[in-house]
Amino acid sequence: MTGLARRVLLAAGLPLALLALWWVASADSQSFYLPPLSQILEAFASTWLGARLVDDVLPSLLRLLAGFAVATVAGVALGVAVGSSPRLRATLEPVLEFLRAIPPPVLVPIFILIAGIGTTMKVLVIVSGCLWPILLNTVEGVRARDEVLEDTCRVYGIRGRARLRHLVLRSSSPQIVTGMRQALSIGIILMVISEMFAASSGLGFTIIQFQRGFAIPEMWSGILLLGLLGVALSLAFRGFEDRVLGWYHGLRRAERGPS
Amino acid sequence: MRTGRRRWWQGAAGLAGFLLLLELIPRAGVVPDRYLPPTSRVAGALAGELGRPAFWAALGDTLAGWAIGLALAVGGGVALGLLLGSVPALRAATSSTIEFLRPIPSVALIPLAVLLFGTDLRSKLLLVVYASFWQVLIQVLHGVQDVDPVAMDTAHSYGLGRWARIRHVVWPTALPYAVTGFRLAAAVALVLAVTAELIIGSPGLGKEIAVAQTSGAVPAMYALVVVAGLLGVGVNLAARALERRVLAWHPSTRREAAA
Repeated sequence: MTGLARRVLLAAGLPLALLALWWVASADSQSFYLPPLSQILEAFASTWLGARLVDDVLPSLLRLLAGFAVATVAGVALGVAVGSSPRLRATLEPVLEFLRAIPPPVLVPIFILIAGIGTTMKVLVIVSGCLWPILLNTVEGVRARDEVLEDTCRVYGIRGRARLRHLVLRSSSPQIVTGMRQALSIGIILMVISEMFAASSGLGFTIIQFQRGFAIPEMWSGILLLGLLGVALSLAFRGFEDRVLGWYHGLRRAERGPS
Repeated sequence: MRTGRRRWWQGAAGLAGFLLLLELIPRAGVVPDRYLPPTSRVAGALAGELGRPAFWAALGDTLAGWAIGLALAVGGGVALGLLLGSVPALRAATSSTIEFLRPIPSVALIPLAVLLFGTDLRSKLLLVVYASFWQVLIQVLHGVQDVDPVAMDTAHSYGLGRWARIRHVVWPTALPYAVTGFRLAAAVALVLAVTAELIIGSPGLGKEIAVAQTSGAVPAMYALVVVAGLLGVGVNLAARALERRVLAWHPSTRREAAA
């Protein structure tokens, strides 16, 4: 019991101390750019917990999820194809290396040109950024599958869909999930950027509007909201990972032995 | 060696095919060429850019922001990582705070950077440092945790002081992790440097791309995107070369070279 209390204290101590410090230090701040924390929290409640939640925050999140889902499906499909064929891989490697190395934000102007500033553009931007980490990690995962399992499948005549599902996807799933985790953090960045660059609604757009209009407490509350969203999405992804890769982490622990 | 050369040829063929495809698609009218100019026009625009002093100045600005930001992030990440990693009490007290701060998307800081520093180099640095610092810090923390307890006990019993222990036991263990962190951070730093230029308008490649887009200079825009991609490839290759060089003594590299 005392051990648990100690852990809670350790985990919550510093964040609470920092928040308290921010609260006290900014309590009678006269600086225009650094308003008191109490004011920021008030602005947070009045700004985001009303109609904006439905009009700006939710559409942004839906676009993020749509782009992420499309990138995952496309990345895994292409990755399995490229990873299974050495010839295809050798041919496409330089092209993929180049496409991956393009910083995704510079694609925003190109997609604006092609798709305007609507939802399509934003989803395309998110897909174009999320695709590469998933694709390249899938290729690595498919390549590195266990030879014994491969031979076993061949001996038992497991082919086609069953082989894809039980051998190829299963054995590359740790890498796929790693790629998805990287893709998610890139996706959040691109969601915000695509709205900041050109949009008429959305989270990034609203925050930039506040900054341009010098609505400083509202701007700070937007930064706070983005931070909370980042943390919430990463926690949600960790839950997903524990579910999908529970077998893998258990296997690793068992292999390392009881230590 | 032979297969290496054949792979090289296949890669070159893949790249040539990709460029040819991008030439033919707009020429055949599948996509209007004001959206996707053929490769030859992009190459022409690229040659034009290479002759413009403003282009080289922009490239220099981007690289300067990238390098300074990366150096600050790596220095800070390694120093703080070693400190937090070597003092268990500090590590336990800070881990929840780190877990919270890390997923905050760095683009959330854009409005703050604009207010505080305008289009100055410092606002680019703020984004670059924030994004790449965590990559290094997390890796170094993992590395310090990975120190062999037997080696540490040996160092203790030989009476090595705190600094000698860090220098001769902790540092060699943490170095491969730190270098991995550096490689990840180098790529992220470039993305954020270009983002700052694109969204905030700090001088650099990103700003040139935004200007080309708003003025309708489509081939020039594509040429600049290609330059950004090549820059990304260069950063990746350089980081990997550095990794091999710094870790030439490490068993994993030696085994690779022997095989």
